[in-house]
Amino acid sequence: MTMTVYISQDTTAVAVGAERVASAFVQAAQDADSNYTLVRNGSRGAFGLEPLVEIETADRGRVAFGPVSPGDVPSLVKSMADSKFDSHPNYLGPVSDIPWLANQTRITFKRCGEGDPVDLANYRALGGYRGLERAISLTPQAIVDEIKVSGLRGRGGAAFPTGIKWQTVLDTQGEQKYIVCNADEGDSGTFADRLLMEADPYQLIEGMTISGLAVGATKGFIYLRSEYPRAQKMLERAIEVATAEGYLGADLCGSGQRFDLEVRMGAGSYICGEETALLNSLEGKRGVVRAKPPLPAIEGLFGKPTVVNNVLTLASVSSILADGGAEYARHGVDRSKGTMPLQLAGNIKNGGLIEVPFGVSLSQVINEWGAGTRSGRPVRAVQVGGPLGAYLSRDQLDVPLTYEALTELGGMLGHGGIVVFDDSVDMAKQAHFAMDFCAKESCGKCTPCRIGAVRGREVLDRVCDNTASSNDLILLRDLCETMEQASLCAMGGLTPLPVKSAMDNFPEDFGVTDNQYEVAV
Amino acid sequence: MNRRKKTGGGIGVEQELESVKLMKAFVQQTAAKHASTQGGLLPCLHEIQAELGFIPNDCLDSVATAFSLSTAEVHGVVSFYHDFRTSPSAQHCIQICCAEACQASGSRELEVGAADVLGVEFDQKHPTGDYRLERVYCLGNCACGPSIRIDDEVYGRIDLAGLPQLVNEAMQS
Ligand SMILES: Cc1cc2nc3c(=O)[nH]c(=O)nc-3n(C[C@H](O)[C@H](O)[C@H](O)COP(=O)(O)O)c2cc1C
Ligand code: SF4
Ligand code: FES
Repeated sequence: MTMTVYISQDTTAVAVGAERVASAFVQAAQDADSNYTLVRNGSRGAFGLEPLVEIETADRGRVAFGPVSPGDVPSLVKSMADSKFDSHPNYLGPVSDIPWLANQTRITFKRCGEGDPVDLANYRALGGYRGLERAISLTPQAIVDEIKVSGLRGRGGAAFPTGIKWQTVLDTQGEQKYIVCNADEGDSGTFADRLLMEADPYQLIEGMTISGLAVGATKGFIYLRSEYPRAQKMLERAIEVATAEGYLGADLCGSGQRFDLEVRMGAGSYICGEETALLNSLEGKRGVVRAKPPLPAIEGLFGKPTVVNNVLTLASVSSILADGGAEYARHGVDRSKGTMPLQLAGNIKNGGLIEVPFGVSLSQVINEWGAGTRSGRPVRAVQVGGPLGAYLSRDQLDVPLTYEALTELGGMLGHGGIVVFDDSVDMAKQAHFAMDFCAKESCGKCTPCRIGAVRGREVLDRVCDNTASSNDLILLRDLCETMEQASLCAMGGLTPLPVKSAMDNFPEDFGVTDNQYEVAV
Repeated sequence: MNRRKKTGGGIGVEQELESVKLMKAFVQQTAAKHASTQGGLLPCLHEIQAELGFIPNDCLDSVATAFSLSTAEVHGVVSFYHDFRTSPSAQHCIQICCAEACQASGSRELEVGAADVLGVEFDQKHPTGDYRLERVYCLGNCACGPSIRIDDEVYGRIDLAGLPQLVNEAMQS
């Protein structure tokens, strides 16, 4: 009997050794004379268990071993041949029973890790393209209405209601409209877009195609950061196959409607994740932020009405159309509808992708999924929502993960990145990094951000050198206020968030040489 | 991917002139190809850099002409993006992730110590000329940091002690 073996080709899986495990497997199977088919799937995002090896069995379905090292492979192959795999030290049981995965609500990531990411027949067999087929039978307005019913809000960071954005593009007259996928994923601590593009690229392609039908756009661009070469290859191959099979191009599924798709690479600029800078970059210009209005929905790419959405937003659209907006809206709480793909990162034992309904608490994620820090030391700070998100302290970890609750705490959920720090962190250094990053990545269009970040970094230089005075901290707060109030975009406007939260929640790390700080604030 | 050919030392003046001519012809062709696509400038610059290893300042004119832009405008675009280089560099690139999630898992030590253990400063070429060292801000491997990238491969859970060997192995293969 031929066994089917799955070993991931995901960036992180490979970064921790999946490629070496795959080679070891080929060698060991040859030595043992076993018949096998090796499928290089995407990852399920349980990165604490990678390299994960999954094997299809006759009686127990897909079983998993992990984390597997090349040295474990010969005994693993032997245990399979002897049908004694459940006593292998790396044996985790059936994939569907692995607690890390079983306790999630996977909608957008349900197919990730199931098979070869560019196998279109497999995508279809797992329910793919049902959304597009349904969308083809609907009017553009009916598609937009379905998105409105779902309550979907943008997963890129700003959480703007997607249905309203699409309605604006639909209602704007224009010969040519565009769908732009924001795959710039610059936030440290986030990798959900990457994982999805590497594991289930058709879902994004399908979502963008549906979006095209909804607003009357015939052309789409995926703006992908250059740090993601694997995702690039995967998307390009998937677009080729989808085009050959009639799921892209001049006659979508025989409907007579057109949608073409292209991947364009960024060039290492964080600000190009901001949608108007991204549009400038796609146009071949410097990635400078544009003043709004006009909204991209009205005058976007090349001045045409344009939908700009994050990878996860567009991917979610496929299942919303397949199963209905109401089904999606069943999950979540308040105005945070559906599921949120959280990304657990930093100093964490079991990091990875956790798709859960909105409302799960931060401490639950860190303790139950993450199993605490990788260093084994206590958690001291957690940054939620990327480089522009707040640093939370231990006593804030009970916060439920919803857009509303994070905002109330003075933070933001953003793209769902959760970065855990242990007690060795120096929060003044983290604040310094936030200003430094802003100074490096500012597009330079407005003074509060361009100059403010440099001044902020100078002050924090002194704090880190222990040469700061209490006046410095007053100056820093002042700078933060100016940046918040007068910056054109959220880069300058939100950089004060990590800085101020670090000062507020960890004042002991901002010691000054005189002791007037308390009085001063 | 970097397809730059290695330039050996001691080539003659004629050969050098010949290679400059070839380079200029390549740039012209590439620019002409991309000028007709919408927003083709970035793809054009990416292709030039992939082939030549950098974007020579003296080819900006011909790119500008093809795109009906001024040389200053093209220069403005090239200088805006961290990825683009205007001077030749090493064939291989080692990037150390210095963003928050990697900081949380130990990249600050890596950042401070890398220059020492590898014998090369950031943004410089290693004395052997094999590779250059750069900082990068997130490689999407944040659950298994500290992360580094060597050309198109990402490596996770890197520590300072293991770095030289990893780099050596990568340079060998
Ligand atoms: C500095 C900055 C960086 C951003 N980076 C990203 C990014 O990498 N990916 C993303 O999807 N959105 C990013 N955004 C948000 C986008 O501007 C925009 O809101 C988003 O692409 C809209 O898509 P959505 O509604 O689907 O979230 C960024 C915003 C700012 C201000
Ligand atoms: S806030 Fe910063 S990044 Fe945003 S427009 Fe102003 S200078 Fe550019
Ligand atoms: S922060 Fe280093 S890989 Fe994301």
